[in-house]
Amino acid sequence: MNKTVNQKAWFLILPVLLLVAFSAVIPLMTVVNYSVQDTFGQNQFFWAGLDWFREMMASERMWDALGRQIAFSGIILAIEIPLGIFVALNMPKKGFWASVCLVLMSLPLLIPWNVVGTIWQIFGRVDIGLLGYTLAALGIDYNYTQDFYAAWATVIVMDVWHWTSLVALLAYAGLQSIPDAYYQAAKIDQASRWKVFRFIELPKIMGVLMIAILLRFMDSFMIYTEPFVVTGGGPGNSTTFLSIDLVKMALGQFDLGPAAAFSIMYYLVILLVSYVFYTVMTNLDKRDGH
Amino acid sequence: MSDLTNTPAKRGFALPKIKGNAVVMGLYLLFLLLPIYWLLNMSLKTNTEILNSFTLWPRDLTFANYVTILTDPSWYTGYLNSMAYVLMNMVISLLVALPAAYAFSRYTFLGDKHLFFWLLTNRMAPPAVFALPFFQLYSSVGLFDTHIAVALAHCLFNVPLAVWILEGFMRGVPKEIDETAYIDGYSFSRFFIRIFTPLVASGIGVTAFFLFMFSWVELLLSRTLTSVNAKPIAATMTRTVGAAGIDWGVLAAAGVLTIIPGALVIYFVRNYIAKGFALGRV
Repeated sequence: MNKTVNQKAWFLILPVLLLVAFSAVIPLMTVVNYSVQDTFGQNQFFWAGLDWFREMMASERMWDALGRQIAFSGIILAIEIPLGIFVALNMPKKGFWASVCLVLMSLPLLIPWNVVGTIWQIFGRVDIGLLGYTLAALGIDYNYTQDFYAAWATVIVMDVWHWTSLVALLAYAGLQSIPDAYYQAAKIDQASRWKVFRFIELPKIMGVLMIAILLRFMDSFMIYTEPFVVTGGGPGNSTTFLSIDLVKMALGQFDLGPAAAFSIMYYLVILLVSYVFYTVMTNLDKRDGH
Repeated sequence: MSDLTNTPAKRGFALPKIKGNAVVMGLYLLFLLLPIYWLLNMSLKTNTEILNSFTLWPRDLTFANYVTILTDPSWYTGYLNSMAYVLMNMVISLLVALPAAYAFSRYTFLGDKHLFFWLLTNRMAPPAVFALPFFQLYSSVGLFDTHIAVALAHCLFNVPLAVWILEGFMRGVPKEIDETAYIDGYSFSRFFIRIFTPLVASGIGVTAFFLFMFSWVELLLSRTLTSVNAKPIAATMTRTVGAAGIDWGVLAAAGVLTIIPGALVIYFVRNYIAKGFALGRV
């Protein structure tokens, strides 16, 4: 659609601008403010320059949290994206069962995040949970509050359970938009199922798949509630991801300076990925001819 | 059509494939539903049954856990508080986002692309970064522990979300409609309310659903900004977990009740779930 130039459109944007400025810019400036100052308490601040940033860059704690975060995001992407595509390929194309699948698959997406935590907290317990009980009955030593591997496995399976449907629904939407003629042409060429996927379906859903990957990356990169409820970041610090660590630092220990420096670096990463996301979105729009 | 010649051959080799599909989907849905079933199962048991015996379905079916939640003020006020700020947030977000989304979908103006990108960064911003500054901001203006504080805080990600989703729907409405209306002498506000809003009604419905959902599921900000008077159900639930003795039955029942609002409308938005999560693209 060709848009007309109209500077007066700014008046329509103004309410959003004011509201978001109030709820985003003011807090961010507070964070910037703290990140370059130190305090003795009683609201006395003095200039600290980039000291906090230097401290955070040398902080083992932050690098460890970042490492765990990247490992977590990487693992869940490696599972959810292929699994999501696979599920989407197996979904019924239309009719009653398509609706049933859509409704049931959307269900985990709409559960409050803390309840997702609660569900898995209960489900994984050896005494009262189906999963924990079954594993214990099979003779597997499983305790997500004590054991490093069990905690990680629980957090990852929980995330797969929670979000694979989103990838599947996006891929499904992409698959639905492929015209039938493509499949008929493939049939005439006697293309194998794999070739159909590789040369027709995959290229056609690449756009939505990029959206899915970036969304999952962003959301997993700031995950807080679910692991907080299930493992509380433990055992030890083994499931303390960036957001959990940041909240501990800022609201638990009230280390304003380091927390603020941490926040800003965290935010810059998000900004970078957002830019990639935006570029992908606008390229997709151009391709669709909007 | 070529379909006619195709059908017999297709049916011949597609039948076993459909079965394979059904097995995959069946297993996947089982994986999705088992944990939810288990929560429901727990919520219908007595605590003695939960702790003393391992049963796949409630032998001693009871609704006592639900009765506890619906009669105990410390539980049901959590739901009312959550509902209050979620609804406020929905109204605020929709009101400011509607005109903005219209502007983004129809006009180019100075800085429009930057602004649109900036909105996206706020949708993506980690709440953990904002928790402390929000706490200080709303404390300093005396709004700490009020519904409106949480509603405004959730605008951080919900307003950008609403603008993006609505823009995705509005660009689908042909521009000729606007032009015809202006030629017919409609003023902007009359056109927008009388003609345009009904045209994107389904988009508004989907947006409202997603606004509701993202505000409803958020825990960190709502917990940080409240203590007693506006404490949301999510915080009530996590605080129960922290206590020494956990009342599993009641906790499970509380969980089931938080799923219900989403589950009720899921059927109507089932075809838009992907679009909503992808911010109106797809």
